[in-house]
Amino acid sequence: MKARHKRMMFIVLGLAGVAVAATLVLTALQSNINHFFSPTEVVANQAPKDRTFRLGGLVEVGSVKREDDGLTVHFNVTDNAEVVAIKFTGILPDLFQEGQGVVAQGKLGTGGVFQADEVLAKHDETYMPPEVADALEKADQQKAAEAQQTSTPQEGI
Amino acid sequence: MIPEIGHFALIIALCLAIVQGIFPILGAQLNIRPWMTMARPVAQGQFVFLAIAFGCLVYAFVNDDFSVLYTASHSNSLLPTQYKVAGVWGGHEGSLLLWALMLGLWTFLVTLFSKNLPDEMVARVIGVLGLIGVGFLLFMLLTSNPFERLLPAAPDGRDLNPLLQDFGLIIHPPMLYMGYVGFSVAFAFAISALLGGRLDAAWARWSRPWTIVAWCFLTGGIALGSWWAYYELGWGGWWFWDPVENASVMPWFVGTALIHSLVVTEKRGGFKSWTVLLAIIAFSLSLLGTFLVRSGVITSVHAFATDPERGTFILAFLFIVVVSSLLLFAWRAPKVGLGGKFELVSKETMLLVNNVILTVIASAVLLGTIYPIIIETLSSIGIIAATNKVSVGAPYFNATFVPLLVPLVFLVGMGPMARWKKADMPDMVRQLRWAFVASAIVAVAVPFLMGGWSWLAALGMVMAAWIVTTAFHGLKHRFNATHPELPWGHRLKAIPMSFYGMHLAHIGVAVAIIGGTLVSNYQSDKDVRMDIGDTVDVGGYTFRFDGVIATKGPNYTANQGMIRVLQDGHELMTLRPEKRIYTVQTMPMTEAAIDTNVWRDLYVSLGEPVSGGAWSVRVYHKPFVVWLWAGAFLMLLGGVLAITDKRYRVMARRESKAKAETAMASPKIAAEKA
Repeated sequence: MKARHKRMMFIVLGLAGVAVAATLVLTALQSNINHFFSPTEVVANQAPKDRTFRLGGLVEVGSVKREDDGLTVHFNVTDNAEVVAIKFTGILPDLFQEGQGVVAQGKLGTGGVFQADEVLAKHDETYMPPEVADALEKADQQKAAEAQQTSTPQEGI
Repeated sequence: MIPEIGHFALIIALCLAIVQGIFPILGAQLNIRPWMTMARPVAQGQFVFLAIAFGCLVYAFVNDDFSVLYTASHSNSLLPTQYKVAGVWGGHEGSLLLWALMLGLWTFLVTLFSKNLPDEMVARVIGVLGLIGVGFLLFMLLTSNPFERLLPAAPDGRDLNPLLQDFGLIIHPPMLYMGYVGFSVAFAFAISALLGGRLDAAWARWSRPWTIVAWCFLTGGIALGSWWAYYELGWGGWWFWDPVENASVMPWFVGTALIHSLVVTEKRGGFKSWTVLLAIIAFSLSLLGTFLVRSGVITSVHAFATDPERGTFILAFLFIVVVSSLLLFAWRAPKVGLGGKFELVSKETMLLVNNVILTVIASAVLLGTIYPIIIETLSSIGIIAATNKVSVGAPYFNATFVPLLVPLVFLVGMGPMARWKKADMPDMVRQLRWAFVASAIVAVAVPFLMGGWSWLAALGMVMAAWIVTTAFHGLKHRFNATHPELPWGHRLKAIPMSFYGMHLAHIGVAVAIIGGTLVSNYQSDKDVRMDIGDTVDVGGYTFRFDGVIATKGPNYTANQGMIRVLQDGHELMTLRPEKRIYTVQTMPMTEAAIDTNVWRDLYVSLGEPVSGGAWSVRVYHKPFVVWLWAGAFLMLLGGVLAITDKRYRVMARRESKAKAETAMASPKIAAEKA
């Protein structure tokens, strides 16, 4: 093999390898992105029906109920505007508390109940997941906007 | 008073760092000898003042000085003393101080162990380390001063996060930081090579031990973090592909590539520019990791309360470091040359492919980690349509990491056997055919022994067995080729330490793969509700719940479960998992009970009290899980063996002799020779 051929071989093999790796990475990325939705968006039917997504908000005070098996838990999350019910089977993280921010990952089930596979813990009680903080703020702004609209009668929403 | 001394010491350290960052580098460029020789004393002085500052903060913690804001928010008078000391790095400000102290310590070590390096090189390396120090000290003094006072003083502290009150936290951050910061030495060597235009085999031989030591610390730090998460978080996982974990593993992959690329630079004078680039990337990723951990831009189960303003500072610092070093690279790299030629089938090619794969892995992890930020940024500036926040799940990382690991592991077996320049492929196939057959047998046998066929388990086992069998073949081959006339003890001794180190580290990879494969494929777990006297069978063991008793620790109260473990009717042990409430923050904490042996872990943790003395309980049987960390330990040990190699000492002696001879001649000779 001449030097020029050899160099070509290197380049072709290298490009092929990188192409394979890039395909692998991008396909994997495509199928493993989870979008975040706030309770308001879920109630407004903006969340996907048969795909895993993340739902976050504050755990509604007084909403946590356990079934008799001790493992299945029902609770509601809220962004102070809308409420979504969540069902989770398993042991909750230590810092799961009413009134605290949580992020749950799972799918929307029958009757609008969110079936969570995973409820995310956090390490620090003063920490608020940025998505949740964001969702709360958005719901707050929307409320303020609505309040303005109702006070100045215009077309309905 | 003491905190003010600490604060003042930090300011002096900053001033010294500025001097250290400017004069030695300028001195080396302009050939002003006194400016170069001041590098060592100034760097040593900076370390002393950093140590004083650190000592002052430790003093404030140990003596419960709650007039210091940082102490008041991360300690408590009831906290046991060892955790008070560990609390110093339990929060943002203190961990930055630890970062700075580590940087000072590395620089100090460079001043001690650089007697044989050319003066310009030492001046530049210490100067670059000084510039990094300036960045971090400015960051600390401007945004995160650990000595800020709280007036009036708090009556007592808010306590250290209970998750961090653990032996793991005492050693995990210092070790991890030693690794992170250690790459700054490799970075400084790379920058000084670019500045001086000297990048030869001797340069590679100097930077290799430093890089390997940093890599060892990082390996140990990551393994400790994984182990800590495993036993402390109470859900039995050992790796979550969480942004904070990714932040530590990205520099590890690139650092591993760097170690291998340095081999080629030292032995063959090749891959020079690439080696320099890797050193720059490894350190940049360490900084990026600091940014991710400290800015809170990404949701992470590891995220602690953070401050976005601080993120901006680190991001700006990161930007300056990356852009300036890449510009320097683009400008100077063509000067350092390319190195010798090699055939398609050769050790060089295999190491090149190794480097490419490791870099691709690091890039894939990077993409998955910062993808949420990219999407958010793009949509906020209107390049793509506004979208909801996204997160990238763990399956992404597994789906990219595992397929890339397979060719990498294949090369771990081939590479050490291949010859430089041109390897004899048919000969290698002949030599390694039995290793391949043996690996295939292991791959088929082990899944059946473990109780069920699984393709993934077979794949993991074939990889692990391939590494181990080829390593032993390599040792045997080397032994046979080494002075056949000598008795075998001498022959073993004649084989260089770095050869043993390499194979030991590779076997460590195999051991970790065995652990990871078997625990992922054969673990069994149950989340159950247990009344007193209930039993549950997991992994061939019977667990009986005998109720819960109340206990008390120094700063917590706990419910301690009693779970008897039985096998074939014999009682083996009692596991006592706890559910603690830390009194100061009233924060609940699950403390798992684990019984470890070589073959399996039994892992029990308490969930919630249900009713009438019943609890929800989580029971795991985890085969071979401890092999994961044992593997990491072997890798670390391999690194330690490699740097004890004689040739570094022999070289040191030779260099110092040569230096004494050329001391009379112009100091520019070394640079010109390169």
